[in-house]
Amino acid sequence: MTLLEMSGSLNMVGYGLATIGPGVGVAMIFSAVINGTARQPEARSSLLSTAWIGFAVVEALAIIGIALAFVLTGTLTK
Amino acid sequence: MTPLATPFLPLEGNAPPTFGVGSFDSRPLFPSAAWTHGDTAHYAWTDIWVTNHILQAVIGAALVIGFWLWVSHNMKIVPGRKQYVGEYLYDMLRNTVARDILGHDYKTYLPYIVSIFSFVLINNLFGQFFLFMFPTFSKIGFAWGLALLTWLLYNGAGIKKWGLFSYLKRMTVPAGVPVALLPLIIPLEILSNFIVRPITLGLRLFANLFAGHLVVLVFVLGGTYLMFVSEPIINKVAGGAAMILAFAIFALELLVAVLQAYIFTVLTAQYVSSAIAEEH
Repeated sequence: MTLLEMSGSLNMVGYGLATIGPGVGVAMIFSAVINGTARQPEARSSLLSTAWIGFAVVEALAIIGIALAFVLTGTLTK
Repeated sequence: MTPLATPFLPLEGNAPPTFGVGSFDSRPLFPSAAWTHGDTAHYAWTDIWVTNHILQAVIGAALVIGFWLWVSHNMKIVPGRKQYVGEYLYDMLRNTVARDILGHDYKTYLPYIVSIFSFVLINNLFGQFFLFMFPTFSKIGFAWGLALLTWLLYNGAGIKKWGLFSYLKRMTVPAGVPVALLPLIIPLEILSNFIVRPITLGLRLFANLFAGHLVVLVFVLGGTYLMFVSEPIINKVAGGAAMILAFAIFALELLVAVLQAYIFTVLTAQYVSSAIAEEH
């Protein structure tokens, strides 16, 4: 008896796992910005402009992940 | 089965729905009769090039041109309300993006930066705007077009300033690297500066807008399905909750729309700056 039948691509589970890394990275970038702003509030704007570039670079990993999750449609067969 | 259920059913040879996931398919504005020759279907060029999404991008471009012409028309020393808004937006891009990143010769690239920001922003906002309800850049072709423009711009700027071979040397051979490491560094730098940069630039814009629009679709269409089609009462409650949560997702999408336009502009400025920088 089949208890639960699911269909779809395991790629999406893989992509979910792959977002953990960029998620932690983005969190670290902005926690550093918050720390820096708390220590020196007037440096906020220059910290933020660097942080956005860093954010974009880290986010590229998640972006490549979602692209590969859609592109690599190899099927797992028994 | 209620009539509302029909969009969720597998299609039975009918025309695909124009909403939901079907909103990602471009529809020709003036559909012509496709004719088949052998096994392949042939379409008129208007079926491919004159679609609702192209029209949307063209309207976006026209709005951008119209807006900047309107706010810069008949300028006075003491600005009025209209001129104040225009100057505020212009100054924001000029000071926080162009001048901070590009340095002293930022004025050459300022028009490109202002227009790319306005164009990306207005097209992203189309995702929340009635009449369109579709962010143009969740079709990847538009994003590739902009990424290609930026790629041409920063390489062109570098070649114009340094000359072709000097520019290539600057971009591929970082200063102060031991000669023994060069065979490793040069391919990496070529990959990073000429291939990964435009690809991630286009993909980032596309993937954020695509994923955002898809999440909105999941909440709105899924909520509709749960409320009106499925039977158990708990599903109807969950569907109502999903519809309310969809507003929060829309708010998040507004943030993403502005953020992605800003990031695209900042990265464009950053790439140009790295191409024309004196030392790096």
